[in-house]
This record gives sequence, C-alpha cells and structure tokens, in this order.
Amino acid sequence: MKNYKELFTNGIVRENPLLTLMIGLCSGLAITTSVENGIGMGLAMTFVLLMSELIISLFRKLIPSAVRIPIFIVVIASFTTIVDLMMKAFLPELSGSLGVFIPLIVVNCIIMGRVESFASKKPLDLVVFDSLGMGLGYAWVLAGISAVRELLGAGTLLGFRLIPESYTMGFFAKSPGGFFVFGMFIAVNMLLKKRLAEGGSAQ
Amino acid sequence: MNELVKIFLSAMLIENIVLMRFLGLCPFIGMSTDIKKSTGMGVAVIFVTVLATAVTWPVYNGLLKPLDLEFLQILVFILVIASLVQLVEFYLKKSAPALYSSMGVYLALITTNCAILAVTFDVIIKGYSFIESLVYAVGVACGFFLSLILLAGIRERLKIAPVPAFLKGMPILFVAAGLLAMAFGGFDGLIK
Repeated sequence: MKNYKELFTNGIVRENPLLTLMIGLCSGLAITTSVENGIGMGLAMTFVLLMSELIISLFRKLIPSAVRIPIFIVVIASFTTIVDLMMKAFLPELSGSLGVFIPLIVVNCIIMGRVESFASKKPLDLVVFDSLGMGLGYAWVLAGISAVRELLGAGTLLGFRLIPESYTMGFFAKSPGGFFVFGMFIAVNMLLKKRLAEGGSAQ
Repeated sequence: MNELVKIFLSAMLIENIVLMRFLGLCPFIGMSTDIKKSTGMGVAVIFVTVLATAVTWPVYNGLLKPLDLEFLQILVFILVIASLVQLVEFYLKKSAPALYSSMGVYLALITTNCAILAVTFDVIIKGYSFIESLVYAVGVACGFFLSLILLAGIRERLKIAPVPAFLKGMPILFVAAGLLAMAFGGFDGLIK
C-alpha cells in the first residue's frame, strides 16, 4: 500500500517531469496563457499517458525488444489521435486554442520516457499509479504557471476578472513572461527540495 | 518571389519557433552548452526539417487527402519522420562517415524534436503550396539554429557571471531565454 502512495507522489513532487526532469517543456510553456488551457492540456496529457502505459504494460511480455520503439510510437500516436478528434468534436473552443500542441503530445518526451523506463517492465497496478502521478504532476505545474500568467497578464482567473484591465502586465501573457515564470517555478522548487532535504537530515 | 521572402523572414524571426512558440525547447536547453554542439544540432535540424517537409507534404496531399484518411495524419507523419531519420542515419554511416561522426548523435535525438513535427503540421494547416512549404521549413529551421547559437553564447558568458544563489543553474537560463525572447519581440511588425 505504501508503495502505491510513494509511486503516486513521486511524479507529483520528487521527480516532477517538468520542474525536476526538465522534459516535456514545450507544451508546458506554450499553452499556459490561461488556466483553462493549462488544465485542458494537463488532462489530455494524463489521459494519453495513462492509456499508453496501460496498453504497453498489458502487452509487455509480447513486445519484442528490437522493435519496441516503433510499437510504442504507434500506441502513443493512436491515443493522441483519439484525444485530438474527441476534443475537436466536443470541446471545439479548447481544441482551437491548444492548436498544434494536442497532436504534439505524441512526441512529448514524458510519455516516451515513462513507457520505456517504467511501463514496459512493471505490472499493471503499479503502472496506473505511476502514470496518474506523472500526469497530475505535469497538470498541476501547468495549472500553476498558467494561473500566475493569466492573473498578471490578463488580470483574470478562469475568466473572472480580479485585477482591473488598466493594471495588467501584458508582458506575462507573451512568450518572455512564460520563460520568466517558469524559471521562477524551478527556483522555488529547488529551494523547497533543499529545505526538505535539510529538514530530513537534521532529524 | 516577394511572398517567399516574407514567409522565410516571418518564420525565422517574427514567429521564431523556440522563443515565440516554445517548440523544440528540449534540445534548445540540452544542446546549448557550447557553441560547437549547438552548431552540429542546428545543421542537423535544418537538414531533417526540410527533408521531412519535402516528404510529408506529398504524402498528405497526394495520399491521405484523396483517400479521406486525414485522421491518420498524426500516426503517419511521426512514422514517416522516424523512418526517414533512420534512413538518413544508415546512409550517412555508409557513405559519409566523417559527416556521420559529427552529426550522427544529433540525428537520433531529432525524431522527438517537436519543432520538426510541428513544421510538417503547420504547412498543412496554413495551406501552403509545396515550394512555400519548403521555404517555410528552411526559415523555421534557421530560426532554431539562430536562437540556439545565441543561447549558447549567453551560456558561456553566464559561467563567469555573478548570479544570485537562488537563480543558479536552470532558473537563470530561463531568465536569459526570456530576455532573448524579449529581444526577438522587437521583430514584430517587421513585415506587414
């Protein structure tokens, strides 16, 4: 039981794919101009990650290791296509604002990395917790970054206006702001981890 | 002709793939540790982007579209690009070992470079003709090369710069990239 919890929190904090491993950055910075986009992207990514890891884990004993990479790509690309088409059909607005980044989930290194290093070796139950942890770890960072950028850049949060328009800083909605906010997130994450490590060793 | 120059410049500077659209960030951060490495990566990216566009455009417009198979686009494109990179790798290994040893390592990484896949999707979405697509691909790849070289230069300076302790390492790199992006923001409005 403890093992499950550890796997789940691993992706959310300790080995957070965006802040610690520095993979899957592209989508993490590009679409985080509004919280809605951030959450939408995070959930789409979690879905593809969960389903791909499940399928690969189920068939892990049947997949010959020589051709495993092409097989992984086909599985990931199929689920990406499913998400892409579903979004176009049911959430056309969100799909429009996420644009090319939904199809690009297929080359997101987080998924390939987890499938290769985890799902292709581990049984089904562990894989579920790992993929949920990694997916939600990705989603919360996206939501966090986009909350900061939307609040400072547009003065709104999920569409509700909190800061009058004349006090907003357009800088944060544009691309340089994305780099800055992300840099700050990494700095805070490093600081927190250092504090945690110091606290742990002192005890 | 004028139209082509416009496409090239806006792809390279105004819509810079890394700094304005945040694509291809992994190699941008990972490969910019020194100028030599980033030159190798940049050249490899230019080569593969153009090649990938030259292959996927006819595949989409000549095969997928007439057969009503547009929904297979993602699957087909990624497989085409992956096998293309593999072929180029084999070819270079056999016929140009010197070139392979300087460019080979980067080729393998390129399959997962989202900038290349994005270019092949872009030219379809924008409805470019074949020639326009190729020009666009060259422009985007040159933009990637340019920003990679610039960041590599900044990183070499950063090594000796006094950086506040909490920003050391990765955070300052992103701040520097942000400043670079701000500079590129100045190109906005260059082309009407």
